[in-house]
Amino acid sequence: MLKDFVTTLNTKWLDASGPHTDVVISSRVRLARNLKDLPFPHLMNEEHDNQLIEKLRTTIDSQNLVKKTGPLEFTLLKELNSLEKRILVEKHLISPEHAGSSSGGVIFSKDQSISIMVKEEDHLRIQCILPGLQITDSYNMANTLDDLLEENLDYAFHERYGYLTACPTNVGTGMRASVMMHLPGLVLTKQVNKVLTALSQVGLVVRGIYGEGTEPLGNLFQISNGTTIGRSEEEVVTNLSSVIKQIIDQERVARERFYNGNKLHLEDKIMRAKGILENAKLMDSDEALKLISALKLGIDLGIIEAINLKVYYNLLVAIQPAYLQYTSGQRGMGPEERDKKRAEIIKEILRK
Amino acid sequence: MLCERCKEREASVHFTKIINNEKTELNLCEECAREYQEKFSFTFEPNFPIHHFLTSLFSDAIDTTRDRTLHREMICPVCNISYANFANSGKLGCSYCYENFQERLEPLLKRIHGSTQHSGKFPQRAGGKFKIKQQIRELKSQLQKLVAEEKFEKAAEVRDKVKELEAKLKE
Ligand SMILES: [Zn+2]
Ligand SMILES: [Zn+2]
Repeated sequence: MLKDFVTTLNTKWLDASGPHTDVVISSRVRLARNLKDLPFPHLMNEEHDNQLIEKLRTTIDSQNLVKKTGPLEFTLLKELNSLEKRILVEKHLISPEHAGSSSGGVIFSKDQSISIMVKEEDHLRIQCILPGLQITDSYNMANTLDDLLEENLDYAFHERYGYLTACPTNVGTGMRASVMMHLPGLVLTKQVNKVLTALSQVGLVVRGIYGEGTEPLGNLFQISNGTTIGRSEEEVVTNLSSVIKQIIDQERVARERFYNGNKLHLEDKIMRAKGILENAKLMDSDEALKLISALKLGIDLGIIEAINLKVYYNLLVAIQPAYLQYTSGQRGMGPEERDKKRAEIIKEILRK
Repeated sequence: MLCERCKEREASVHFTKIINNEKTELNLCEECAREYQEKFSFTFEPNFPIHHFLTSLFSDAIDTTRDRTLHREMICPVCNISYANFANSGKLGCSYCYENFQERLEPLLKRIHGSTQHSGKFPQRAGGKFKIKQQIRELKSQLQKLVAEEKFEKAAEVRDKVKELEAKLKE
């Protein structure tokens, strides 16, 4: 039986709302927290697991918390099969490492804007993810939730080192704020490496979301803070936000210049992409990522008017291998069956 | 090199003693070193000033080889993880490891983050004192800036505020 919270595309960050969605796909804040009196996850035994889980169950059921965040649902990872866990990774709700684990769990709010990984590398990874550039809102959400959890949990905290984490790379605020950007303009005009190199000089970290190498598939990049101790959460978020706004401006200028200089060619490229997406019989995931990137650019530039941006967001998840396999209800699909199914699902979503 | 005392095991600990301006070196194996050290400090125990002088001399005179041996054996008594274990896996065992491995983690944090002082959020429930201490830290850095800019009047105000908060901390 399919589990609804796994398959749903009514996940908050997929609704394409929020500011600057022409360039920013989503904003995420993740806080690492540990309980004072338990060893870190990699040293926990079954008894520790049960203590942590019990403690959290009562915490998320507290009246005050439910009143302020809405009800949160606790699912143990052992209740999910590997395909279901991989879909949660494809929806950016849990990490690949967590999907590989069978102990621990995951906590979701109804719209999945809140997810808490329980017993990942740390006891808690509180995560808030919103569409568009809403990094401050994501932080405020995570911060409020953190306060509510702390009413009932004794966190490991050190006056000098801040929130203590299993790996010293996260100690201090325990915070990783990241923004997922779609940068076809900077890629097309070959400026992306220059822009991204400059980011490392201001302490930010960039990585491609899909694929490896200099030109990540789908022109998607994730930009996040590199360090966690020494500066306050507000400083980090404000700094990240202002840098992102500059990149947004550069991306928009690049798109406009490129479009003005290559009008016919760009329109041709975009309409061809749309044509292939609407008609292909087989589609592998690399090709799909490239084509939906062109589709999005077409929507943002007003070249394609009949398609809503939300379609792009839905496609981003629906073309992923685990999602495809799971929703088709078939076990052990071969690559060709998967490519066939992918082509079908894309057509279906585009028709909506 | 063989241990100078038992002449059986490999010498891995090297002591340098300086007594009356004369430098003597002693090369011992791990086991003899421990015995030697115990006996040495025991002998001088009743005679406080000399003992004190000598132990401090001891800890200073131990060279880097000894240092490395000590670090290899560093173990967090709460979770039983060794520093070497952490160095391999990149993961500490428990929150107390931070204090127990402090002397080695400090330079590491400095390298990774460029800082070793948290200046962000703190737990609300446990946080009264943290909050005051953080305010003091912020005011002090403000104070330095004001003094550098020769804004002494304003600096005096900030200094009074620091004193006020420090008094509150002692309550
Ligand atoms: Zn010996
Ligand atoms: Zn420990």
